[in-house]
Amino acid sequence: MSATDTRVAPQPAPPEPPAARPALRHRLAERGIDRLLLLAVPGVLFLAVLFCYPFFYGLGLSFQPAQGGGPFANYRLFFSDPYLRETLWITLGLAVPAALINCLAAVPVAFRTRGVFRGRRLITTLLVMPITLGTVLTAQGLLGYLGPNGWFNKALLGLGIVDEPLALVHNYWGVLASLIITGFPFSYLLTLSYLTGIDPSLEQAAATLGADWRKRLRYVLLPLLAPGLAITFCLSFVLAFAVFPSAQLVGDPRKSTHVISIEAYQAAFQKFDYSLGSAIAMIMAAVMLAVVVLVLAWRSLLYRGATGGKG
Amino acid sequence: MADLVQDPTADAVTDPAAPPWWRGIRPGTWIAAVVFGFFFLQLAGVIGVPLVDSLGTRWFTSWLPEGWTTKWYGSAWREFQLGQVFWTTALVSVLVVVLSVVIGVPAAYALARRDFPGKKAVLLLFVLPILVPPLTYGIPLATVLYKFQLAGTLTGVVLANLVPSVPFVVLTMTPFIEQIDPRIEAAARMCGARTGSVLLRVLAPLLVPGILAASVLVLVRTVGMFELTFLTAGPDSQTLVVALYYAVFSAGIRTQQSIDAMAVMYTLSMLVLLVVALRFVNPTQLVTRVKDDRSA
Repeated sequence: MSATDTRVAPQPAPPEPPAARPALRHRLAERGIDRLLLLAVPGVLFLAVLFCYPFFYGLGLSFQPAQGGGPFANYRLFFSDPYLRETLWITLGLAVPAALINCLAAVPVAFRTRGVFRGRRLITTLLVMPITLGTVLTAQGLLGYLGPNGWFNKALLGLGIVDEPLALVHNYWGVLASLIITGFPFSYLLTLSYLTGIDPSLEQAAATLGADWRKRLRYVLLPLLAPGLAITFCLSFVLAFAVFPSAQLVGDPRKSTHVISIEAYQAAFQKFDYSLGSAIAMIMAAVMLAVVVLVLAWRSLLYRGATGGKG
Repeated sequence: MADLVQDPTADAVTDPAAPPWWRGIRPGTWIAAVVFGFFFLQLAGVIGVPLVDSLGTRWFTSWLPEGWTTKWYGSAWREFQLGQVFWTTALVSVLVVVLSVVIGVPAAYALARRDFPGKKAVLLLFVLPILVPPLTYGIPLATVLYKFQLAGTLTGVVLANLVPSVPFVVLTMTPFIEQIDPRIEAAARMCGARTGSVLLRVLAPLLVPGILAASVLVLVRTVGMFELTFLTAGPDSQTLVVALYYAVFSAGIRTQQSIDAMAVMYTLSMLVLLVVALRFVNPTQLVTRVKDDRSA
């Protein structure tokens, strides 16, 4: 650096010697690149090796079908075989209602538990507790509770609401119930988190201007909560879309709850057709991405300000 | 639960001439109470059946079993070799927690302190494994692990479980680190501390609460992680969730009550972990961090 300085002929009073370029290290540091970033390298490398590489490996593998027939044979097979194609609709038919129910039920509960009150910790813990159940206990519980001899049907029969036991397990309803039990806590936590992130002074201001609770809810809180709700819906949808163990255990995995993840697992690890398994996993990822993009595109039409929670 | 809520904006009904107290409760409260009550009633039933079954002798079509016993817990412990399974679960979880903290915390520090070109791409890389459900990337990941003969081993299970855990640590730690005033580090550097000692002697003590919170959450997630372990575990590297699934799903006649006993043991251990986690982490502040002093 000093070498370039000496080459400049002495001049009366140059305001800034134009030839004096700071070292590369300094220029990079100005843009935020310095040795500190090395700390992030192990994490990035780790994910590149164990997340990106397998993903692209799987993507490549999905275009090399085991039976031959051109690069798109797996995808053609999936969309031309009605039994395989149907899995997509079955999964959407489970995931969309489950995500909607979880979001809509989470909103009133989150509104009632957002303030500080006695026993709030207990209630939050109780609401979050289903996370601890695990699929198998949930499945065993649903099979026993909703089964033909279970407490639920016994109670309905005893109250005279139904004449014969309802068929609620080993079909669509069992899996939906399982998705709600495991998904509701997540939706509730997220909704509550977004709701408590809304600055309370906005609601107080509306109250000062004479808005009753209906108006505050309609014109202040819900618009601010909407982006958070969109995210909550996306996450619940993604969780429900990948439903796997409960569809096997409480559902009817060959027919009415033959979801896409069962087919992906069976193709890859029971028939050892890794290529078809990867192709189905890629289709799953694409459908999920499409729904998430759709919801987020709709969300971006809404106000997204400083107080509406992080995106 | 309406009487629990001390909402300052609720219309307090104290006037004797006013309508009875329940008329003052807003519809929102009714809806919440109904949703809440219905959810818990069903939940109690769903939890109650396996719990009662695991403690009962014979139970066919009556409301409750004929008698009570605890023998199923002992037989489940022997039948499913739960000693081995619990040991594997503990080993996998501890390894995942330690490794994800070691890899994740420095990355979180770099992301919190520096703004660099391409930061958005790096953030996306850290968000994706959390957003995408494990099964979609788990299938290609397991395929790759099989290729390198790591699937079926403890290493494979740990590696697979690290994929969502490392980003999780990064994303929970970044806001923690952002809250620490960088002037503290600048002061330490002024006094001649090198990066290593700034990290170890200045930042680490300040970060301990955050690291504990992230560790406990990663622990809960790893113990409960079904899909990734299921796809990568071999017969002797199964964690509790996976062993439980195989107990229900694999062929052969298993005693229903033993499986229920095992499921209850799993749930109890998860419950302990969750209660511990909730002592460290305020679940409502995972997404947005606003000061929690709005009781007025």
